[in-house]
Amino acid sequence: MALATPSVAGDGTTAKVVDATPLGAKLAKGTSGPIGRIFVWLIAALWTVPTFGLLISSFRPEKQIKTDGWWHWFTNPGQTTIQNYKDVVGFKVNSQPFSTFFWNTVQIAIPSAIIPIVIASFAAYALSWMKFKGRDWLFVAIVAMMVVPLQMCLIPLLQFFKSDFFPDAMNGIPNVWVAHAIFGMPLAIFLLKNFIGSLPSEVIEAARVDGASHLTIFTRLVLPLSVPALASLAIFQFLWVWNDLLVARVFGGRKTNQPMTGALVEMVGNKSEDWQLLTAGAFVMMIVPLIVFLSLQRFFVRGLLAGSVKG
Amino acid sequence: MVNLQKRYENGFEAVPGLDLEIHDGEFLVLVGPSGCGKSTVLRMVAGLEDISGGDLYIDDKVVNAMGPQQRDIAMVFQSYALYPNMTVADNIAFAMKLRKTDKVEMAAKVAEVAELLELTAVLDRKPGQLSGGQRQRVAMGRAIVRNPKLFLMDEPLSNLDAKLRVQTRAEISKLQRRLGVTTMYVTHDQIEAMTMGDRVAVLRRGILMQCASPAELYETPENLFVAQFIGSPSMNVVIGRVAGGDNGDITLAVGGQHLHLTGEAAQRLQGLRDYVGRDIAVGVRSEALGDDGSASLEVSVDLVEMLGSELLVHCTVDAPSVRAIDTGVEISDQPTSTIVASLDSRNQVKVGDRLHLTLDTMRLHAFDLETGAAIGRS
Repeated sequence: MALATPSVAGDGTTAKVVDATPLGAKLAKGTSGPIGRIFVWLIAALWTVPTFGLLISSFRPEKQIKTDGWWHWFTNPGQTTIQNYKDVVGFKVNSQPFSTFFWNTVQIAIPSAIIPIVIASFAAYALSWMKFKGRDWLFVAIVAMMVVPLQMCLIPLLQFFKSDFFPDAMNGIPNVWVAHAIFGMPLAIFLLKNFIGSLPSEVIEAARVDGASHLTIFTRLVLPLSVPALASLAIFQFLWVWNDLLVARVFGGRKTNQPMTGALVEMVGNKSEDWQLLTAGAFVMMIVPLIVFLSLQRFFVRGLLAGSVKG
Repeated sequence: MVNLQKRYENGFEAVPGLDLEIHDGEFLVLVGPSGCGKSTVLRMVAGLEDISGGDLYIDDKVVNAMGPQQRDIAMVFQSYALYPNMTVADNIAFAMKLRKTDKVEMAAKVAEVAELLELTAVLDRKPGQLSGGQRQRVAMGRAIVRNPKLFLMDEPLSNLDAKLRVQTRAEISKLQRRLGVTTMYVTHDQIEAMTMGDRVAVLRRGILMQCASPAELYETPENLFVAQFIGSPSMNVVIGRVAGGDNGDITLAVGGQHLHLTGEAAQRLQGLRDYVGRDIAVGVRSEALGDDGSASLEVSVDLVEMLGSELLVHCTVDAPSVRAIDTGVEISDQPTSTIVASLDSRNQVKVGDRLHLTLDTMRLHAFDLETGAAIGRS
């Protein structure tokens, strides 16, 4: 990231130095000094310690986990075992192997991340570049929905799914998709509208003059240009759905439709003394988000700063 | 035949009403100060802005209700508006792709346009990797390849540096004449307007002040606004009084001095006879001062600017200046004003000199102080 240079009026007069430095650049500048760097490392370490402890614990024998803290491992590093992981993978919840629930989570998370983003990108385009009556009010209404707590909607939504208006064929995991799509939509529309709306209007107009329809402009221009925003939003939504327990619990129906989070609860719930399994189970769950995040992190950062840093 | 005629009323009255006809193959320049509605007019022609009243014709067909894609026009934007995610070749071919043009034909056309605009070497690059001049040419290429009924250009040169601008200006003119496509060009730069246009339409606050060939605009401006907007340095205009109009001659009092118009010079400004005893605005361009002429004006020199080919002499004359502003005519409250004369550079003039500037009365302009309209033969 380029270091910020204060802008000075070109005519040589002692003009006010306007600090037009974008937030991202300020952050970069503030954290590049030695003190800033130490501070950032400190925060990073502090944030990582619990996860690190969990990782260590997951490789310790059951007895050790239950008798002393994970830092004791350093005094006796020989006590390392992969028994916990073996137990988790072999564990049967409701007579289903753990892999079923891993697969359930994948089945829930991928469509639940894609569906709202597809719909939201269409909506964001319409709200940005198509003229129709009440457009601004519609956008305000959508943004206002972000403040509605998810928990308030559980019962009404459940009633809707059980009603005759909703096809029974969608019961089970598809219900979870729809619920996640609904809950994720306001934020997705808000973020994408801000991004898509800030694309240069002349480019869109040029395409219209060139003879492109709205659909063509959307697919050939707006989508390719919005990849950073779409990617970061997809990661957000994916991580949120991957870690979700509540929505899947409420709308998933049968116990075999539960995601991994549900299975973890069962493991601890059935044998509350077996919480050493939780540590290993948590790490199994974390693998996929970790891979997703690390492989897409450059989009993630770029997308978050979208709008504040103009390239 | 492209036939454009517009009459509309905008919510903000950006363009209260405009009648303009563009002939087939013509290069028409819309010029005016910023905020005069020239871009709005262009965008209405393009179909990017709604027309709130009146009719827009292209080829004798009303196209008000048509979207931009149906009007068969091409537009070059100020920012070029290239598609950043596509290569230069794809940018140029985009419109043809949408029309499902045959692939071989498309490639041939892209190659032809690239050749014409010297873009062959950069066809595979993205717009972000191009220089300003190259981007501008890509924008031109994207318009040319369409072979449209009408070219619209919205200040396409304003993002280029001065040198490149002069060069590109000539290139666009040549290209337009070669292709013979009817072109509507918007600029705020009167030099661009004068050098490029077959005809120039001068706008002020959405109102057409005059539409004529560059020479006509310069020699016979219809009003004070056009007179002062066109030409650099700007036309000198001061208050004068029509002192007498007997037996074919006309006498003008400027400050304490008198200018006598006789013969053809008086004939040209016959209309002044109706203004005897009243104040008018007297205008003269800098090059009509100092060389030769029948009348003379005594002035004192304030500033001398040597330009090499000519000498710009700023002098004080004891009459208030008159200026066309956005809303009408403004008379300065200073009793004296500065006029600029461009003299032969071999003249020896020093600051503080008293100078008798000869004045070519054949090139004198007179304007009504209320309306700003030119006073002519009447």
